[in-house]
Amino acid sequence: MRPIIEVRDLSKTYASGTHALSGVTLDIAEGEILALLGPNGAGKTTFISITCGLVTPTGGSVSVGGHDIIRDYRAARSLIGLVPQEITLEFFETVMNTVRFSRGLFGNAPDDAYLETVLRALALWDKRDAKLRELSGGMKRRVLIAKALAHGPRILFLDEPTAGVDVNLRREMWEVVRGLKKQGVTIILTTHYLEEAEEMADRVGIIDKGRLLLVRDKTELMHEFGQKILTVELTDPVAALPAPLAGLGLDLGADGRTVRFRYDTHADRSGIARLLAEFAGHGLAVRDLSTEQTSLEEVFLRLVRDMA
Amino acid sequence: MNARSILTIFNFEMARFWRTPWESLAAPVVSTVLYFVVFGAAIGSRIQSVEEISYGAFIVPGLIILTVLQQSLSNAANAIFMRKFVGTIYEILCAPVSFLEVVAGFVGAAALKSVIIAIVIYLTALFFVDLPLAHPVLALLLLILTSFGFALWGFLIGIWAKDWQQLQFIPMMVITPLVFLGGAFYSTSMLPPFWTAVAKLNPVLYLVSGFRWTFFGQADVPLAASVLALAIFLALGFLAVWAIFRTGWRLRA
Repeated sequence: MRPIIEVRDLSKTYASGTHALSGVTLDIAEGEILALLGPNGAGKTTFISITCGLVTPTGGSVSVGGHDIIRDYRAARSLIGLVPQEITLEFFETVMNTVRFSRGLFGNAPDDAYLETVLRALALWDKRDAKLRELSGGMKRRVLIAKALAHGPRILFLDEPTAGVDVNLRREMWEVVRGLKKQGVTIILTTHYLEEAEEMADRVGIIDKGRLLLVRDKTELMHEFGQKILTVELTDPVAALPAPLAGLGLDLGADGRTVRFRYDTHADRSGIARLLAEFAGHGLAVRDLSTEQTSLEEVFLRLVRDMA
Repeated sequence: MNARSILTIFNFEMARFWRTPWESLAAPVVSTVLYFVVFGAAIGSRIQSVEEISYGAFIVPGLIILTVLQQSLSNAANAIFMRKFVGTIYEILCAPVSFLEVVAGFVGAAALKSVIIAIVIYLTALFFVDLPLAHPVLALLLLILTSFGFALWGFLIGIWAKDWQQLQFIPMMVITPLVFLGGAFYSTSMLPPFWTAVAKLNPVLYLVSGFRWTFFGQADVPLAASVLALAIFLALGFLAVWAIFRTGWRLRA
């Protein structure tokens, strides 16, 4: 199936001379959640802004649902909903009016029944007649999502949906996003929380200084990098590990005292209990244990450092 | 052409007007009454009549044009500037609409507000003076075109302005002086010949004069000149809007 978004060699240099994006090429499949990860100023928002029509690219192309975002902007933009980073709302409007406006602006016929389902899904239906300025921060953010969904887009861009929000609200936001995915909406979110990418995404793209460093399936990425290393320190050095332990993938240090064991943090069983039982069974006395993790954060920092 | 999007913007802007009818309509009416008291009663009692029209009646068309110019300009400028200022303009920029459709919605609403205010001022004036209206259809047509033209320029100012000072600058420093010097409250025939010639360089004079003609059947300049001036003014506005539409100037980085 053709990707719903095709980005080819996209670049943007602002009038100030800042190279916000350089040669980004990326395919996004329909129905997936892609998390774009990167520090502030990496080019995440510029990428979203170009795709949604807020910023004009200097080079390359983007097509959405097979429609070029510049030549065929009407068709392309009608597939997209954008939730901006900042809370920008007409504070004297009511929730229902602002959502109706968004729907009409995109050229759709009024459909209050559809808007009701959107508002209910976002737990805003009870607030439909409230003025926007009366809402809490979390509700305002959900109103922005409701506005973006008002015209029934197939693609939703969430620019830092959880920046500066508390833990509860962040969880709430994740639930909303999962619900949308179930309905088949393609979601592109930007974040600088690794936890969020880990929690939400099907694929993770890492952006730094306008370059897309890698795009990888999240489970693959986590498998590759989301491992822990258990270091076991033995009381007495050994020349070699007993043969039955060989199949466990252990590394014996040159000093004969430290044994390193890699295990997957996402597996059901880490294998640590079994390992220690085996050690005891073979008469190896354990003096100390320590673990260290390779996190996305480390991966991320290493990538950014290596590829800069 | 996406009529529904235009209508959505138009209705949204008009809703703002009707939500605060007191502020929207009372303010222009109050200032009109004040002009009548100051110019009509205080000064008018000394001037008596201009070209055989009572002074009180004579100033009404100028007064309407003055208000229409200010209202069209500031309504359209504020509407788009506020969206830039608050940030909600993002929604319009990423909607599947052309810039011309956006302009039609905003400028159409701003123009209609001015026309409504103009009619209210006219009705208010009827309480004070005996006011003929020789060519009502033409009067309405000129009123609509003038409102639209100035709303168009107001929209451009709203896009151009980077802060509140710039937003106020052109209406304060350009439009108000041009209207006052454009014969809103006097006939240019009352000026010395040299200043009559200078006054004729003022584009607003042609608007006031043409509009006054539709009331009294006489004017400072021929009606054709007024219509021509209005046409040029509208055409320049459209050209500027088209240029912005092409380049995304001050809207898209």
